[in-house]
Amino acid sequence: MFELLGIPPQALFGQLLLGLINGSFYAILSLGLAIIFGLLNIINFTHGAQYMMGAFVAWMLLNYLGIPYWGALIVVPIIVGATGIVLERLLISRLYHLDHLYGLLLTFGLALIITGIFRNQYGISGLPYAIPKQLAGGQNLGFMFLPNYRGWVVVVSLVVCLATWFAIEKTRLGGYLRAATENPTMVGAFGINVPRLITLTYGFGVALAAFAGVLAAPIYSVNPNMGADVIIVVFAVVVIGGMGSILGSILTGFGLGLVEGLTRVFYPEGSAVVIFVIMAIVLLVKPAGLFGREA
Amino acid sequence: MPEAALAQQSSEAPLVKPLLKVDGLQGWYAESHVLHGVDFEVGEGEVVTLLGRNGAGKTTTLKAIMGILAKRSGSVMFDGHETIKLPARAIARLGIALCPEERAIFSSLSVEENLMLPPQVRPGGLTVEQVFELFPNIKARLSSQGTKLSGGEQQMLAIGRILRTGAKLLLLDEPTEGLAPVIVQQIGHTIARLKQEGFTIVLVEQNFHFAASVADRHYVVEQGRVIDTIPNDELDANIDKLHRYLGV
Repeated sequence: MFELLGIPPQALFGQLLLGLINGSFYAILSLGLAIIFGLLNIINFTHGAQYMMGAFVAWMLLNYLGIPYWGALIVVPIIVGATGIVLERLLISRLYHLDHLYGLLLTFGLALIITGIFRNQYGISGLPYAIPKQLAGGQNLGFMFLPNYRGWVVVVSLVVCLATWFAIEKTRLGGYLRAATENPTMVGAFGINVPRLITLTYGFGVALAAFAGVLAAPIYSVNPNMGADVIIVVFAVVVIGGMGSILGSILTGFGLGLVEGLTRVFYPEGSAVVIFVIMAIVLLVKPAGLFGREA
Repeated sequence: MPEAALAQQSSEAPLVKPLLKVDGLQGWYAESHVLHGVDFEVGEGEVVTLLGRNGAGKTTTLKAIMGILAKRSGSVMFDGHETIKLPARAIARLGIALCPEERAIFSSLSVEENLMLPPQVRPGGLTVEQVFELFPNIKARLSSQGTKLSGGEQQMLAIGRILRTGAKLLLLDEPTEGLAPVIVQQIGHTIARLKQEGFTIVLVEQNFHFAASVADRHYVVEQGRVIDTIPNDELDANIDKLHRYLGV
């Protein structure tokens, strides 16, 4: 078997796959954050907690109601998305006339409360969630072993990201969303119900996070802290890609996952910080982000 | 003729039933009080202009009618409905549409998406083909980014997109501002054509000659009030007075 720069290919491709998996989660999560930020001007710090809720609700559906993974994939985003809609109507919508900072404080506080409730109920040791049997096992690709479930996560994440991109860029409703992101007053003056559009957008962003949570449940253990762990990186991804850019967050999400994986191969000590180093450089060179529009 | 008598006579001028009746309209930007009781009315199918100096409150009046001013009071009757308490989206649904001064073409939307963005609020709007007939330039640029159009084309797009919606009352805020004479002329023809089609139009204009060429009646706005009314056919007799009002 060939070697690359002294690295056995199994290790290289293994880490690239891991990077791609992480990238899938970065992409879905930063996509939701970007959509929400674009229209609501709110930096949704609750996003990580909503991702965690996705995993937990999937676990509850399975253990309390016997609803399996495939059902959870559909039902969980709806349930958690609905909690997002309630949150937006009851609390977040009261802050739109105030500075960004208030939205950030509110959603950060909510994240602490939600995480605290789950920690109190379920502890921090993590709950197991089995890989659905249809996706158990894996493929030997010759140069590496590909677990089926991980391949599925990458593919389904790509599909969801591209479908979301398509819905925003190519449909009438997406046109409303883009227009309202730019000039909500004028969109309202055309007779479009902007507050409802905002509520649905928040619900959709939250549903994306919950979907990612269901995907994550069989890979990482279902754990109240899983959101807090990933969300910091996701914020860095959003900053690098450019706040509010849809395609930017997808590409940056997958790209940075890969960069992280490569770093783990060639300089393992740097893998935990590489994304933040890139963020610092991007902020210095192109403060609006790689795909962001200059203000 | 004394001004008061003139105003008296003119306020009875619209013989058609008023589609829009603005009564004691007050408006605020944040804490600053801009409109201090605007009164005027527009009959169905008429074109009236609001004339006045910069900062007189013309644009604010249009925004207040459309419902996009944060704070307003008084009365705006449209088509038999009191709209002063309604949100902008409900006012739009009654059949009022605004073409704002800054045109508000969306840069993240293509020309076609900009054109098709406003939903149809009532039957009876122009078809897309009719809009293209009025503004052939738009048709050639449908897939361009909205803000890549020239100023004149953006203005045509901003007018064209509200013609589709079935709105009966069009509020046009300085549609000729900063445009080349040939395009000003084209927009003038368009407004005349829209009047023929039965649209009712409130036009804010700095370009007095343009206003005179298209309107039935002129309302002079100063310091947030309508201070005079001049029917277009009495314009010549009042030209000195009007110049004084406008400070030209």
